[in-house]
Amino acid sequence: MSTLQYTDLTVRYGHGAGARLAVQGVDLTVASGGVHGLVGESGSGKSTLAAAAVGLVRPVAGTIRLDGVDIAGSSATARTARRRVQLIFQDPFSALDPRMPVGASIAEAMRARGRRPTRAEKTRRVGELLRRVHLDPARAGDLPAAFSGGQRQRVTIARALAAEPDVIIADEITSALDVSVQGVVLNLLRELRAELDLTILFISHNLAVVRYVCDTVSVMRHGRIVESGDTDGVLSMPRDPYTRELVAAVPVMGERFDQRFDQRFDQRFDWGEESQ
Amino acid sequence: MRSGFRQRLLSPQGIVTVVALCVLLLAVVFAPIVWGPAAALTAVADRGQGPSGAHPFGTDDLGRDVLARVLVATRLSVLLALGSTTIAIVGGTTLGVVATVLPRPVRRMVTALIDILLSFPWLLLTLFFSVIWGASASGAMLAVGFADVPTVARLTYTLASSVTGRDYVRAARIVGVGHAGVIVRHVLPNILPPLLVNTAAHASAALLSFAGLSFLGLGVQAPEFDWGRLLREGVARIYVNPMVALGPGIAIVLTGLILNSIGSLTGETASSALPPPRARARRRPGAPERAGSAAVVEAADLRVSFPGPDGGLVERVRGVSLTIAPGETVGIVGASGSGKSVTAMAIAGLLPGEAHVGAETLRFQDIDMTSPPTSAERGRLGLELAVIFQDPLTSLNPSLTIERQLTEVSEVHDGVPRKEARRRARDVLESVGITEPERRARQYPHELSGGMRQRAMLGMGLMGRPRLIIADEPTTALDVTVQRQVLRVLHEARRRTGSAILFISHDIALVSGFCDRVLVMKDGEIVEELAASGLAQAAHPYTRALVACVPHMTTDRSRPLPVIGDGDVAEEARA
Repeated sequence: MSTLQYTDLTVRYGHGAGARLAVQGVDLTVASGGVHGLVGESGSGKSTLAAAAVGLVRPVAGTIRLDGVDIAGSSATARTARRRVQLIFQDPFSALDPRMPVGASIAEAMRARGRRPTRAEKTRRVGELLRRVHLDPARAGDLPAAFSGGQRQRVTIARALAAEPDVIIADEITSALDVSVQGVVLNLLRELRAELDLTILFISHNLAVVRYVCDTVSVMRHGRIVESGDTDGVLSMPRDPYTRELVAAVPVMGERFDQRFDQRFDQRFDWGEESQ
Repeated sequence: MRSGFRQRLLSPQGIVTVVALCVLLLAVVFAPIVWGPAAALTAVADRGQGPSGAHPFGTDDLGRDVLARVLVATRLSVLLALGSTTIAIVGGTTLGVVATVLPRPVRRMVTALIDILLSFPWLLLTLFFSVIWGASASGAMLAVGFADVPTVARLTYTLASSVTGRDYVRAARIVGVGHAGVIVRHVLPNILPPLLVNTAAHASAALLSFAGLSFLGLGVQAPEFDWGRLLREGVARIYVNPMVALGPGIAIVLTGLILNSIGSLTGETASSALPPPRARARRRPGAPERAGSAAVVEAADLRVSFPGPDGGLVERVRGVSLTIAPGETVGIVGASGSGKSVTAMAIAGLLPGEAHVGAETLRFQDIDMTSPPTSAERGRLGLELAVIFQDPLTSLNPSLTIERQLTEVSEVHDGVPRKEARRRARDVLESVGITEPERRARQYPHELSGGMRQRAMLGMGLMGRPRLIIADEPTTALDVTVQRQVLRVLHEARRRTGSAILFISHDIALVSGFCDRVLVMKDGEIVEELAASGLAQAAHPYTRALVACVPHMTTDRSRPLPVIGDGDVAEEARA
């Protein structure tokens, strides 16, 4: 059980005239044992928040704390502490080394806690993790190419679990997957959360998925958080205009598109607004 | 990959290569022992002889047997080539791979140095190093080796950089794998195949370089001799006895061929034997030829197969029949691998060459798509059929402005003059909701956002007189708000032009709201066809499962999502 806390975080990409603030003064708390959703359009800074928590990008200002311990710095303590946060990537096709058997990829993550397990321990633990994500442990020696997209995503989840994380950041983990497989991965995540008491930051642009998975939610736009709160509250009664627009844009089964345009959308529609 | 290597090894080329390699190795090991004395034996009486039974390649100035000397020189020539290749590959790989993990300022300096060295002609570098290390065999080996380091370093740096940017390397970093660990465990295994091919190519180039250096008198010095030195000695008498010079030449060419051949065996690019392609669709004989009907698209019993990994054919579309009426919006939904895109591409005649297409009827308007189109028909297809793909960044040409890509349609197929086409392009861009069309038209695809690119792509279709717009997952890569803008433009385009739309998506909620009629596909077959408004009351269990497995804004959060049992199986077909 751990709390992940971003305080006044700012991340900048590039230098000089080409510099761009990807995240500007973000405050965000992922409560211990909770699932916090992060929604927003591409380029809104969602993934940058994830990358900052695992040390892939360095913030220019602000802190990221895990149970009060700084994990954004470059000190040895911060480096070790941030391994308790693990990231699951969007694209399962590039998240696994194509030339490394999946078992070896999972075993590699066991180093995160500084362990040097014996071969037998590794095999046992890899088998255990593969079973946990509902894959056949006998396939530990197979290369990623032998798995389908949904199965690969389950392997990457097993890899994240191998690091014995306290916090898992799921960055658009179902958006590269087929809808028919999406459910399998989402169910698995729910199951793991219940069994392992994980704290999860769930990043997605799919509001329906976020609503299904998350307890609380934050909406990001242009590097800032525009609205935050209880999932049901935010999605049923959005206060921010952008959140309202997002909620309105979710396709609803059986609701005609043309009608919706005419009724609710026409006046507010702004062609050139979409940013680059 | 491993079984592919074995397969290549057992191919005719593989067998010849292995046998030739064995012969070469035998020559390297044993030739100096067996023919050494003969190659050194001088016989003044026999000097300068032409080819004969005793001396098949003739003799040299001192009466030594040239064939024996060529064979004996194998060892030195091959070893020198391999030695310098080792220097180039080890040095270059180390430099290139280490450069990728250096801190940015140092990395910039190293890559700049590599680039500077690359700008010197290779021969100049070699000669420069030869001067430093002196005219000797080992000096030449070092010279040739070091002169090649920048080339190899540049290549490995590029290869390694593409690997270090991948998510699996990030994942390794996150769990605390250090630089050395990342290089050994992830980078090297993934750059090895292209590197092996390059090593082989380098070895044969090094062989040639040595021949060159020794020929110039810079390499191997007498009394030692390699093929280059033999060439040098022989070329003076090439008109008297051609074999004296040709002999070592043949040896160099053969060895170079062997080395290159090893390279192509280790490479992963060798293509497997496929049945001869017939890209165009075949109409099965006996099928009735229907007279021009009112439908925009008419397909009956459409079947598409692709060559599988084992050389056989895999049927991806199995007997699909569909018609699209003018102005109608038809959706196809299904999991990946269900054949929905393949069906659409077959209708558009855009399947790749290796696809085998068969159909009783396959027509767009009155154009029979089962036979290659005439040039008039091609022109009509260009104007009346528009296609929008999932990723506009790959389907728009990155090196042409938006305007150029739009005007091309009118200029090529419609014969509209450039100026008129330009004006029309601006109008079209405005009609798809692109603000400041004057400015945007002069921009390149990468300067536009994803939604704008997708609308520009649609604009390309609208430059003609579309009767059908095929939209293949046009909004999957886009955000929900942008998705809506694109769909709205599509909707607007249909209203204005009266074009029919074939809309492919895996998002069943989206399809239900956008289309008139929905076809549900599974494993290459249409399992159900129903009005979009009736999706919620679908009869087929697969359609119901497809509807149920997607969370929506009123899904019960306390229960796990229903799952399609064989979802992974269907997906496997694609993987």
